[in-house]
Amino acid sequence: MSDAKFPLLHPDYKSTVLRAPKRPLIPLAHTISEITGPVYGHEKVRPLDNDLTRQHKGEPLGERIIVGGRVLDENGRPVRNTMIEVWQANAAGRYYHKKDLHEAPIDPNFTGAGRCMTDDEGRYSFTSIKPGAYPWQNHSNAWRPAHIHFSLFGMAFATRLVTQMYFPGDPLLPMDPIFNCVPDERARSRLISSFDLETTQPEWALGYRFDIVLRGRDETPMET
Amino acid sequence: MKKMTFGVTPSQTIGPFFHYGMDWEGGANLVGENVVGERIGIEGRVFDGSGTAVTDALIEIWQANASGRYTHPEDSQQTPPDEDEFIGFGRTETDDEGYFRFDTIKPGRVPGPENTLQAPHISVSVFARGVLDRLATRLYFSDETEANAEDAVLSAIEDETVRASLLAKLTESDGKLVYRFNIHLQGEQETLFFEI
Repeated sequence: MSDAKFPLLHPDYKSTVLRAPKRPLIPLAHTISEITGPVYGHEKVRPLDNDLTRQHKGEPLGERIIVGGRVLDENGRPVRNTMIEVWQANAAGRYYHKKDLHEAPIDPNFTGAGRCMTDDEGRYSFTSIKPGAYPWQNHSNAWRPAHIHFSLFGMAFATRLVTQMYFPGDPLLPMDPIFNCVPDERARSRLISSFDLETTQPEWALGYRFDIVLRGRDETPMET
Repeated sequence: MKKMTFGVTPSQTIGPFFHYGMDWEGGANLVGENVVGERIGIEGRVFDGSGTAVTDALIEIWQANASGRYTHPEDSQQTPPDEDEFIGFGRTETDDEGYFRFDTIKPGRVPGPENTLQAPHISVSVFARGVLDRLATRLYFSDETEANAEDAVLSAIEDETVRASLLAKLTESDGKLVYRFNIHLQGEQETLFFEI
C-alpha cells in the first residue's frame, strides 16, 4: 500500500467526523472507465492564466513568488499536457470567497485563482504572491499554515488529485490537523515545497519548487 | 508488476473555499446542441453522517458517449464522427441545501472484463471540506435491469442495500428524464465508495 494512503477519519480535524465514510472502500480493478479521464488541450487555458498577479488593473500586495516543478507518475515519467488548477488566500490570509468571514482585508488586485498546462517534460509554473496564514474554527486558536490548493487531472479518472502545497519552515505545520491527516512523515513532507534559488528571479520574485507525483493507474486494464 | 519508484503526493481536503478556483466552462451541462444521445438530468443531494445536507461539496462526473466510447486517446473504439463533440466531463458544486444537478446524455455500454460489456454507468468523484481524499463512486441506472444484472462490478456487491446506493432512480420531471442520485458520505444509507 502506498504511504500516501491514510484513514479518511481524522478526529483532530473535526469536519472528518461526520463526513468520512465508515465502511471500507471497495477495491475496483481498473476498466476503461478508470484508465480514461478528461484530457484537455491548451485551448481552454489562456497564456496569462498562470500569473495570479496580473488579473487586475494594479498589482496585488504581498511577497511575489514563483511556484514551479514537475508532474510525474509513480515511475518517474512526466505527465504531459495535463491541467493544473490552483487557488489560494491573499497575502493577508483572506480568500476571495463570500463565505470567508476572516476580518482581514480583501485585495482588489488579487483573486487568487489560476490554471496552466504541463509541458512535454511535465513542467509547470505559476506566478503569485505568498498567501497568508488564517484562523479557522477547528479548535481554540487554530491557524492554517500558508498554503496553495492544487487540483490535477493526470491522464485518467484514477489519477485525479486535489491537494495543498505548504511552505518550508512554517511553524504552524506541526500543529495543523489537516497537514497531519497524512500519518507517514515522508509522505507528508512531499506536501512542502522547497525554496529554490534557481527559480528565484533577481529583483523580482522568490522561487519555490513543488514536484507532484500522481498515483498510477493499472498499466493494463482488466480484459481478456 | 508495477514498478513503484516515486513517492505519491498525498491528497488534502479541497476545503470550503474552492468555488472561485474550480470554475469550469460548461460546468454542469455536458451537452451541446449537436450531441447525439438521450438527454437526461441527474439530480441529487449530498448528506453527512447526521443526515445534514453537505452544502460545500464539489461533484465531478466522467462518462462515455451514447455509443459507449470515451473521449480519450486510450479508447480506440470507432465512433460516428457526429458524436465527437461530447467530452463527457462535468463539474458542479452543491447549493445551500446540498443539491446538485447535471444535464447530460445516457452513456452507452463500455467494455468490461473478459469480453463482457459493463452496464451503462457514470464515474463520480466527491470532494468536500472534511473529506481527505477524492471519494470515487459509480452511478448506475435503475431502469437498466438486464445490463445491471450482467455487470461485473455491481454483481460483486453482495449486500443489496449497498448495491442500491449506486442505482440512480428514474423519475420524470416536466417530461424530461431525470435520475435521482443521492450521496451519503456516512450513515445507514452510506454510499459505496471505491478504492481505485
